[in-house]
Amino acid sequence: MATIRIPPVLRPSVGGEREINADGDNVGEILRAVAVDHPGTESQLFGADGELNRYVNVYLNDEDVRVLDGLDTTVSTADTLVILPAMAGGAR
Amino acid sequence: MSPSGAEVLRQIKDRIEEVDPGAVREQLDSGVLVIDVRQDEEWATGHIPGAHHVPKSHLESRIEGVAPDKSQRVVLYCASGQRSAWAARTLIEDLGYDSVESMTGGFTLWKDRGYQVEVPRFMSAEQRDRYSRHLLLNEVGIEGQQKLLDAKVLLLGAGGLGSPAALYLAAAGVGTIGIVDDDTVDLSNLQRQVIHNSERVGVAKVDSAEATINALNPDVKVEKHQLRLGPDNIMDILPNYDIVVDGLDNFPTRYLVNDASVRLRIPVVSAAILGFDGQLSVFKPYEGPCYRCLFPVPPPAELAPSCGANGVIGVLPGTMGLLQATEVIKLILHVGNPLIGRLLMYDALAATVTEVKVRRDPHCAICSRDPDEISDDELGVFPDYEAFCAGAH
Repeated sequence: MATIRIPPVLRPSVGGEREINADGDNVGEILRAVAVDHPGTESQLFGADGELNRYVNVYLNDEDVRVLDGLDTTVSTADTLVILPAMAGGAR
Repeated sequence: MSPSGAEVLRQIKDRIEEVDPGAVREQLDSGVLVIDVRQDEEWATGHIPGAHHVPKSHLESRIEGVAPDKSQRVVLYCASGQRSAWAARTLIEDLGYDSVESMTGGFTLWKDRGYQVEVPRFMSAEQRDRYSRHLLLNEVGIEGQQKLLDAKVLLLGAGGLGSPAALYLAAAGVGTIGIVDDDTVDLSNLQRQVIHNSERVGVAKVDSAEATINALNPDVKVEKHQLRLGPDNIMDILPNYDIVVDGLDNFPTRYLVNDASVRLRIPVVSAAILGFDGQLSVFKPYEGPCYRCLFPVPPPAELAPSCGANGVIGVLPGTMGLLQATEVIKLILHVGNPLIGRLLMYDALAATVTEVKVRRDPHCAICSRDPDEISDDELGVFPDYEAFCAGAH
């Protein structure tokens, strides 16, 4: 099972975990498995069209899946998916 | 009877080649190595542009550092052409240099003819002491320290990230530090905003930061911008700076800063923090991606934790702010491998750093275009986020 790193804003939706595992042969299958296991993440990851929301970046190891094959990008069990939404905290 | 000094000098001048200042001037750009053999205090008053400085008293020990190739053509000069004649004899007869000339009339004749003079930048004894650990580094040295002193860095916010960045940039001798902040110091800031202190609760953050910086390093000029950055003022402020440090707490201004910095080709060292997690990247326009390449659209308000007050472990902005300051210094000095096209994610609880690649988006709404094409109206174009955030409260 691939490892998925969960960013701070999504952790409440996955029981506070920083990393979870999910089954699937490609990015789309894995993220949909995450959404099934943790329904709170679905609207945050996917838009109504079933595509990844544009404000969420997903990396296969260190590469943006959008420059690979997007949701169809093949994932092996040794891979790590990194979910990266924008953050803006800082000044105040 | 031993010959007089004047007689020896005459004999030396018979044995070496001499060159007229006019010929040296014409050949300055053709790869000839010009070396000034005068004392430090003479060099400091001005020298031939592009010349190297090896005082005659240190000639034997230092010449190879400046002229490692003994077959290279070398021109020596002093004030009048006498010391350089002695030095030329030493290089040829004692050290085996093939092609050495002494400039007739020396720097005095050079100046009398009205040729161009370069006056080295002055660093006081106090500055040499203050920055001595920098001066010992090959990557900094006097030249690099001068770059730091000449640099103008704009900090967006004197808060969690801006506090440590400002302290260390000031300590490093960054000569001009601009601070944009319209807020006042609150007791709840002091758990992480280390540039302020308990006595300054209620004081404007720009004033508090200025007081701390002035006490730390009088070389630093603080430019205070006590305002909230917006489309109406950003183009008055950003053009005055070389680098922007973005520690902003909200998305609308992050997009605004990105768009303006791309238009002005000013690099932005950007960090964000939440809880125990930090992000860091450097957006250098047209060399790497911009913020809109990374995040073309902001998240909706319910996923944008910046809309409200959120918890953050106090040391985290310290860590991330200092990584920002480090990237700023690298950019000023042109050393190392800046964090352009890469994004670091620091997880303080796990004590891990993850790096991902950030690509330039060939269809980016902003940086895929020529900077001159980006109009004022387009800067910071954004969903109505203020209203969005207000609704989320």
